[in-house]
Amino acid sequence: MSTRLQTGGRLIDRNQRLSFTFNGTPMTGFAGDTLAAALLGNDQMLMGRSFKYHRPRGVVAAGPEEPNALVGLGQGPRFEPNQRATTTELFDGLSAISQNHWPSLNFDIGAVNNHLSKFFPAGFYYKTFMYPRAAWKHLFEPIVRHSAGLGKVTQPGDPDRYEHFYAFYDVVVIGGGVAGLQAALAAGHAGAKVLVMEQSAHWGGRAPVDGVEIDGKPAEDWVSATLQALEDMENVTLRSRLMGAGVYDHGYLLAYERVSDHRPGTAGPRHRLWRIRAGRIITATGAIERPLSFAGNDLPGVMLASAVRDYVVNWAISPGDRTVIVTNNDDAYRTALALQMAGLIVAAVIDARPTATGALPQAVRDAGIRVETGRGIAKVKGRARVEGVALCAQAGEGAVLEEIPCDVVAMSGGWSPVVHLWSHCGGKLTWDAAQAHFRPDPDRAPADQDGAPFVIAAGAANGHLQAADTLRDAAAAGQNAAVALGRDPADGTAARANAVAEEPLLPVWIMPQGAGPDLRSKMWLDYQNDVKVSDVQLAAREGYESVEHTKRYTTLGMATDQGKLSNINGLAVLSDALGSDIPQVGTTTFRPPYTPISMAAIAGEARGDTFLPLRRTPMQDWHDANGADFEPVGHWQRPYTFRRGGEDRAAAVKREITNTRTNVGLLDASTLGKLVVKGPDAGKFLDMMYTNMMSTLKPGRCRYGLMCDENGFLIDDGVVARLDDDTFLCHTTTGGADRIHAHMEDWLQCEWWDWQVYVANLTEQYAQIAVVGPKARALLENLGGMDVSAEALPFMGWADGTLAGHPVRIYRISFSGELSYEIAVPAGQGRALWDTLLAVGTQFGIMPYGTEALHVMRAEKGFIMIGDETDGTIIPQDLGLDWAISKKKDDYLGKRGQARSHMTDPDRWKLVGLETLDGGVLPDGAYAVAPGSNANGQRKTQGRVTSTYYSPTLGRGIAMGLVHKGPDRMGEELEFARTDGTMMRARIVDPVFYDKDGEKQNV
Amino acid sequence: MLILTCPYCGVSGEETEFHGGGEAHLKRFGPGASEADFESYLFHRENPKGVHFERWRHVNGCGKWFIAARDTATLQVFGTYPAQTTEPPQEIRDKITAARPGWRWRDFA
Repeated sequence: MSTRLQTGGRLIDRNQRLSFTFNGTPMTGFAGDTLAAALLGNDQMLMGRSFKYHRPRGVVAAGPEEPNALVGLGQGPRFEPNQRATTTELFDGLSAISQNHWPSLNFDIGAVNNHLSKFFPAGFYYKTFMYPRAAWKHLFEPIVRHSAGLGKVTQPGDPDRYEHFYAFYDVVVIGGGVAGLQAALAAGHAGAKVLVMEQSAHWGGRAPVDGVEIDGKPAEDWVSATLQALEDMENVTLRSRLMGAGVYDHGYLLAYERVSDHRPGTAGPRHRLWRIRAGRIITATGAIERPLSFAGNDLPGVMLASAVRDYVVNWAISPGDRTVIVTNNDDAYRTALALQMAGLIVAAVIDARPTATGALPQAVRDAGIRVETGRGIAKVKGRARVEGVALCAQAGEGAVLEEIPCDVVAMSGGWSPVVHLWSHCGGKLTWDAAQAHFRPDPDRAPADQDGAPFVIAAGAANGHLQAADTLRDAAAAGQNAAVALGRDPADGTAARANAVAEEPLLPVWIMPQGAGPDLRSKMWLDYQNDVKVSDVQLAAREGYESVEHTKRYTTLGMATDQGKLSNINGLAVLSDALGSDIPQVGTTTFRPPYTPISMAAIAGEARGDTFLPLRRTPMQDWHDANGADFEPVGHWQRPYTFRRGGEDRAAAVKREITNTRTNVGLLDASTLGKLVVKGPDAGKFLDMMYTNMMSTLKPGRCRYGLMCDENGFLIDDGVVARLDDDTFLCHTTTGGADRIHAHMEDWLQCEWWDWQVYVANLTEQYAQIAVVGPKARALLENLGGMDVSAEALPFMGWADGTLAGHPVRIYRISFSGELSYEIAVPAGQGRALWDTLLAVGTQFGIMPYGTEALHVMRAEKGFIMIGDETDGTIIPQDLGLDWAISKKKDDYLGKRGQARSHMTDPDRWKLVGLETLDGGVLPDGAYAVAPGSNANGQRKTQGRVTSTYYSPTLGRGIAMGLVHKGPDRMGEELEFARTDGTMMRARIVDPVFYDKDGEKQNV
Repeated sequence: MLILTCPYCGVSGEETEFHGGGEAHLKRFGPGASEADFESYLFHRENPKGVHFERWRHVNGCGKWFIAARDTATLQVFGTYPAQTTEPPQEIRDKITAARPGWRWRDFA
């Protein structure tokens, strides 16, 4: 059983006892514990179930590489799934639940998969796609869907705050072990502005656990002294609980700070996402120990040798009473010494190497511990917990020589540098055969905007596993980073660590090397996703040669730990199966983030109301207070309609239209884009921008214009008013103001930069109110201040003046077909004029109307709407707008494009009106079917609906659509397909349904 | 996420401050142009692995368009210059030559 030792534990404070629960069971731990350490202290080795076979799993590691000990943390809206017990700091009241089992952790029905495992080999999921066809739909898909996903999803209503933080540094050091601290010291001495980050709550990394001595003192002392020295430097910032998550182009770095995960509910944000620009990034990210592949290496109680050491030294945890250590290198012998120092029994050290003659093995032998060389583990005994190991010759096929009872197996397959951050932005790796790992290739580092390398790996992350080398490498990295940024070299001497000579390791990828299929199918590579040696070998037999394909086929390294433990072992097995070298097979791509970061941190403050800032017109408050039913239009929220009493949307729209056509309506048109185009060449410029001739427009007059891109496709429309000889005001669509402004700037700056034209976007400077209906003039005359008669202000004219005391510009333009005045007033006076119009308009029956009434009325008049009648492939000629295309101009944007054969093809679909035979409303987007089928067996089509509404004015459904040779087929009947397969018949008619001669707007 | 320097206002900004506008130094062909010229103007683009010239707008800044010369593979930026020119300035070409001897882009070298 695992227990807490009576003494020791460098990270825990025995005076602070903390209570927590695991699956509802009350437990206690100490301040400084991780959840994993506290669970082990309560004899809770079983922490979860594997994903595929639901095998019982215990903790393997002590850091972020942990694949098994994932728990659901917290309760209610603070619940978070898949949190690593090894990186979760214990706090009082913590509540954790285990995952991926039913009904309970100890008894899991899903474990039946374990017995069926031969039916779930690598790629079983893909194989279910193949045949029989019906089995996928009715058998496999429901099963796969049911078992997919790990952990429960979170609940809405997260009460915590998250934020983004922008920071700029010369040098950022990632990793707060001795390498990181040494590098920071060197860079700091040279005067660079430095940030040092450490993902855990503790500085110093592995060195204090491994018994390293630096400058003649225990590593722990050197760490405290160095931390103090760094804190005293004004140009150095230290941050713990901050993890380097991803390295991106040009020194961009994302880091993830867990501000208050360990003290939930306290002030400040929970997580903070640091968005850093760094001149140089030093990755002092250390190394991760590799497991060994032997049968039963996934049983609870089989742990990494370094993790066993961590639990004993850092948290005074005895993972078990008797430990067998299995290794291919000298480093694991440190675990034997640490265990014995803590009074625990080491049954044996099993070393796969033929001999072990280094200083550490000798020290272990001298301590009276049994050392067996040339041996391996044939299999681990036990069901839900290690009970013993069977010894065999490493060179053999697994014949059992002896069984050793034990309850912990501490394994070490060597160390792999953490190269993730180095690799994120293109840093390449080189295979170090002596240490059997990939390490950064300094000649192929990620390059910045100047082509200079901007990531420098240091220490163990650079393949320097011995403390003395680590410190020398790190000091050089810190110094070089600062000097590369123009700082003067300063004190770059490294601290000196005691050198313990280590003998070379023996690469061991399978134990024993001649293991047969029975053993290989019990050797786990990826614990979380249940990928075994046999699965990778199967993939190779089935023809998978690329490591990237094999990863996806077998799911090796695709779990939440992203293969931190399994990657190298997996590709070594693959390369062996393929008969090629490891460097030839290569690694899979390392992608950010290094470990999962919360979605909330990525979102930061962009939640709820601040997710997308809303643009508000000066009349928005009135709309809010008067029953407006909003719809999003661009970044605006525009009233769709104003409902009264118990009205539904349709009734409200109908009322607004009828009232506007008989009395007077009021529309908030402030969102329309308003661009002022000014300068001696403004007319010439607008002649290029619009298909119409704008340079001939007289001051005081308005003209409807169309804008196309160089393909000839319509991009916007609107009314242009000429203010004076040099000045035009161009109205754009609501969503188009910024886009069209940018479009104009593009052409002015990049093509006709010698033309004297200036464009300004005045959209938000003015409120614009449309006063629409037969009684509009009477209302404005009642307000008084300017002459709005047909003579003084004719249709398509504009005039400046004063209305009810407000300075206004009134445009006689109409999008409804009624007598209409669009009144622009400085934004600050918009609400006042709106209120006055409503008050004075009462006697004329005034009612505000929304965008839906606007749309219906424009459709009744056959006016097109950008985005309804156009979709980026429509030219003005398709819409019968030839009248708005100048024949006199040599050039305008789109003219050449519209001359292409496909654009002049008489077979193009063209705009017509559609009148249903039964008076109903056609479905939006419905296709008009044609006889016959195409090559795919689909019905041929001959047109589609682009706008469709119920017209209260006509008392029937009306629509516009694009129909093959439509204008030549007036009176013809078409069949439109509804989604339920039935047809609706409609007749091709003129698109202008209401007041065809335009008499009502021109009065 | 690139860092670019706007040649107008001199600001070195994050990529999010700018907006890309595709290939630079296109020659416009309008009415009367041959089908081949017009097709080339609208659709034919360089797709180099290496030196490239791109239009960028300092959209969340001074609003000006400029041209960036950069390497599409390594993301090295050789320089930026105002858009009011039909070809890369000699100074920029020299910088590219220093970093990528023998480079060629369309007819420029």
